[in-house]
Amino acid sequence: MPLIGDREKEEVRGVFAENVSSAVKLAMFTQSFECEFCAKTRQLVEEVAALSDLVEAEVYNFVTDKPIADSYGVDKIPAIAIVGEKDYGVRFYGVPSGFEFTTLIEGVIDVSRGESGLGEATKEAVASITTPVHLQVFITPT
Amino acid sequence: MVEAIEFPHLANKYQVFGVPLTVINETTSVEGMVPESALVEALLKALSPEE
Repeated sequence: MPLIGDREKEEVRGVFAENVSSAVKLAMFTQSFECEFCAKTRQLVEEVAALSDLVEAEVYNFVTDKPIADSYGVDKIPAIAIVGEKDYGVRFYGVPSGFEFTTLIEGVIDVSRGESGLGEATKEAVASITTPVHLQVFITPT
Repeated sequence: MVEAIEFPHLANKYQVFGVPLTVINETTSVEGMVPESALVEALLKALSPEE
């Protein structure tokens, strides 16, 4: 049974067609015996990738593909790495359901554009940072 | 993005009581959907030593 409804699919297809300008890879990490959240996330990623020729899903096994997980810095599952021309370090841990589905879609668009949408002052301030920073945003699916 | 309910050990570790909660480098956290400038301020503060 599909997780994304037909109407939403059409909507996302349109949004992608309009906004996704370069290829985006959704590297998803799960495991052989999929937990409920892992199975759901994988299905969601596959359904999203089907909505644009420029969006591709790659499903990895967190255990047997450990070197790949390590290369993305993925330390828990379900995980999605949203990767464009560059790896901007965008990761989503958990099922992107409810409002967070929009977060995933917007993440794909931003990564595809290579543009954060942040203000000039923010960009300038952040550009002065010389050490890697780990940002974790905790959210709940509402 | 980290889904707090699916990773309760992390929600517990970072004491997530309200969302969104932004954790900067394990040490600093910012609760709520704050304006961009407030986040930048917290970010720079978290990175500047001994201030």
